[in-house]
Amino acid sequence: MADCGEANGPERKNEIVRAKNEEKELTKEEKQRLRKEKKQQKKQKEKKDDKGSSEKSGREKTLDPLSASQVLSTQSPTQKVPASAPIPVPPSGAPSHSSGAPSHSSSGAPSPADKPAKSKAELKAERRARQEADRASKQQGSSSSSKTKAPASDLNPVVKRLPEHVQVDDPAVVKRLAKKLERQQIPLRSDYGYKVSLFSHLHQYSRKAPLTQLLSIPSSVIHPSIVRLGLQYSQGIVTGSNARSVALLHAFKQVIMDYSTPPNEELSRDLVNKLKPYISFLNQCRPLSASMGNAIKYIKKEISNIPSQYKEEEAKTKLLECIDKYIDEKVVLAAKAISKYAIEKISDGDVILVYGCSSLVNHILCEAFDKNRKFRVIVVDSRPRLEGREALRRLVQIGISCTYVLISALSYVLPEVSKVFLGAHALLANGYVMSRVGTSQIALVARAFNVPVLVCCETYKFCERVQTDSFVSNELDDPDELMVTRKGKTQLEDWHDLSTLGLLNLVYDVTPPDFVDLVITDLGMIPCTSVPVVLRVKNVDQ
Amino acid sequence: MMELQAILMAAGGGSRMMDLTYNTPKPLLPVGNKPLIWYPLNLLERVGFEEVIVITTRDVQKMISTDPRMKLDVKMKLDVVCIQEEADMGTADALRHIQQKIKTDVLVVSCDLITDVALHEVVDLFRAHNATLSMLMSKAHEFTETVPGQKGKKKNGEQRDFVGVDGTGKRLLYMANEADLDQGLVIRKSIMKKHPRMHIKTGLVDAHLYCLKKSVVDFLADNKSISSIRGELVPYLVRKQFSKSTNSPKIKDEADQNLKGKDVSVNPEIQIWFRDEKLLQLSQERSCWNDHRGDMGEAYHGGRLRCYVHIMEEGMCYRVNTLAAYIEANRLAPKLFEEHAIHPSAVISERYLIGADSIIGASCQIADKTSIKRSTIGMSAVVREKVKVTNSIIMHGVTIEEGCNIQGSVICSGAVISRGADIKYCLVGSGQRIDPEAVRTNEVIVGTDQLMEI
Repeated sequence: MADCGEANGPERKNEIVRAKNEEKELTKEEKQRLRKEKKQQKKQKEKKDDKGSSEKSGREKTLDPLSASQVLSTQSPTQKVPASAPIPVPPSGAPSHSSGAPSHSSSGAPSPADKPAKSKAELKAERRARQEADRASKQQGSSSSSKTKAPASDLNPVVKRLPEHVQVDDPAVVKRLAKKLERQQIPLRSDYGYKVSLFSHLHQYSRKAPLTQLLSIPSSVIHPSIVRLGLQYSQGIVTGSNARSVALLHAFKQVIMDYSTPPNEELSRDLVNKLKPYISFLNQCRPLSASMGNAIKYIKKEISNIPSQYKEEEAKTKLLECIDKYIDEKVVLAAKAISKYAIEKISDGDVILVYGCSSLVNHILCEAFDKNRKFRVIVVDSRPRLEGREALRRLVQIGISCTYVLISALSYVLPEVSKVFLGAHALLANGYVMSRVGTSQIALVARAFNVPVLVCCETYKFCERVQTDSFVSNELDDPDELMVTRKGKTQLEDWHDLSTLGLLNLVYDVTPPDFVDLVITDLGMIPCTSVPVVLRVKNVDQ
Repeated sequence: MMELQAILMAAGGGSRMMDLTYNTPKPLLPVGNKPLIWYPLNLLERVGFEEVIVITTRDVQKMISTDPRMKLDVKMKLDVVCIQEEADMGTADALRHIQQKIKTDVLVVSCDLITDVALHEVVDLFRAHNATLSMLMSKAHEFTETVPGQKGKKKNGEQRDFVGVDGTGKRLLYMANEADLDQGLVIRKSIMKKHPRMHIKTGLVDAHLYCLKKSVVDFLADNKSISSIRGELVPYLVRKQFSKSTNSPKIKDEADQNLKGKDVSVNPEIQIWFRDEKLLQLSQERSCWNDHRGDMGEAYHGGRLRCYVHIMEEGMCYRVNTLAAYIEANRLAPKLFEEHAIHPSAVISERYLIGADSIIGASCQIADKTSIKRSTIGMSAVVREKVKVTNSIIMHGVTIEEGCNIQGSVICSGAVISRGADIKYCLVGSGQRIDPEAVRTNEVIVGTDQLMEI
């Protein structure tokens, strides 16, 4: 039984892997087939459980008593490991598994009392037996991988869908995207220039080729305020997570105000369908940020929840109010709450280091200055965006004394810094902070110098994605921005002609939670690892 | 929700080329065998407009609808608005006239514009920066062709335009015509403080293509003293960018008062401010973008009225408002559309010599041993044997008899050039008849009755 279990295991694994690779074409039939096979296997197992229950109990007892004691002693801690490791596995699987393990380590054979309980218990027992056999055969601790894979394959196979924007090097995905855009009548923006091979799975667009040159001039398919917004995104006139979300919601307000329900349609369904091509268009202009994604989810939920008896005018007013409320709560009030908490952390005589231009951090520092805290600021900046100049202007304008350095001088200024305040573009579910490229460097060096790093982030920027490095999902900006013209000469002018040269202009990077000491949110000051808790609480609320 | 409405101004008289236009209204002058008005309409159609409001005179409207030669094969819906020719309306007056039809921002085009500009460049400036005015200008090209009837060197009668732009070359800071300046350029200190680097250009051609916000049209309706867009409205808007009243924080109260009291002389910037809602302000505050650096000013220096210009470096952009421009346009306009140089319905005999740069219109009859180089022959023209036509423009319905030699000339519609005439650098008016064996050089030949009409 252990053998056929093993045979099942790797076979199912292969199928899952194959299914993952081909998941683009995972049609309904294939999904049904998978489900049927799962059911069959469960039935097989139950049959064999019935047959071999007596054998199994006998087999367990026939194990070498020495190895059994070894196995039993090492079993309980190692059994906990597979429970925590497979996070994507549905949580219902893990607790039942861990609860099953101690009961088995205490008692030998499962009691064949009730049929359903027996089958579950039998399943667990035979799994345990398989694991013992694995361990006994290999006699090394490296079989934990097969252990974790074995229970995972028995539980529901989770087929993860990769988002489209990180699969640009896969022609099938690109074709699908092109077809979808064609259906929505939105032009496809073509990639530009040579892409560094590590990032060839991401889009890279040129600022000089805006999407509007492929659109008709009085844009009829896309609402004019959305075209304007897309243009402002792609040209960098609206940058910064907060600004982009607020501008997005403003544009949606215009769309809703100009919307009229076609006959025989319901506002709650039709408006959501109207918004889909707009969102694709904005995505083509510039990949959506996490805060924008959350705002869109909120709007779609609000629209779908409009009761059908509402008249159009009422519904529209309600939606506009919802948008205003969302912005007030999540952006304006959150900023106030965060400044309140952050100001507690700023004491007189502090030297605060900030990086780039984060609207929230600037707001905090301005508020702190208004409350007569005595501190000075070091603004760290980096090419090619040089956003620190704008932060510098805003801080100096209200009277804070500032120093301005480039990121290459970071280790020289850090000895005099007392705290580092960083803004975030998004906070990921595993506690990583996604922010402007260079932030992780600052956090790393600050940790090396034992300087506390505080990240300020509103809760609406928390997202459920998980990422541990900056390669898998990022944004590539126009590589021509890296060119600099000094005294009339541009050194990198002909970089396209050199086949061995590639220019890389990354926008984001992720900072591990070990480098961040505190996250200041509107819910309070939490450690970085509590982000999943906040997400869970938010989901329960909604 | 419409984004832009296109308005084509075709009521102009062509005052600088009266010899050509005394019989044919300017919008219908043939350029490359298509009426002049076809070119801006084609531009609008290519870009994606579906409707155009055409403001013109009754004569033009009649000719468009009746004359088969003036067939405009455009698929757009043309909403023709007629104005009285005697009313002598300026372009701004015309906009005021159709104020009821205007529901959204407008794109005003002049009928004499021939260009291949990528229109999205102009409109993108209008959209991205939420500008009040966005216009198109082009580097002027020297006209190389000899202009018939020009005696002596070309007088620089055209007044120069001084156009001041900022460092990026997109923001319009200063615009003045030489005629309005007494002694020198006067630039206000407020402009210099905000934009210390200004590039002043003089060799630019204004294409008369403007994107205007709807609030400007409403402003025009209230201020009846402005009659020309180019001459008065544009300099006014450019000046108003930096006026104190635009940027003071007291505007909000003024706006409230004005709306309550229905004050007639409402400035455009107040109307514009009112649309800049709270959310846009919030978004702009939170965005870390600035259009300039080096001083403490926020983006756009807090100014709410902004004027932008797109200056074309390469490409074709002509305004056909003088004879020289007309000739130049005839030479180059055919490159805009790919049609056969020789119309299929033209009847051309065997031994002919037609250069690659020439265009032969429909239903022409070209006889033996003719040589046509770098010329445009209009529809239904008859060219008999042994005629040599070089560098000339022959309009519709012209008859050229045997043995003529026509060089560098413009022969207007219906003229007859009798046998053996030798015409060099002349302009022959409509319906004129040149005597046989006549030799004319550098003359303008028009009828005596036209000479009276000045």
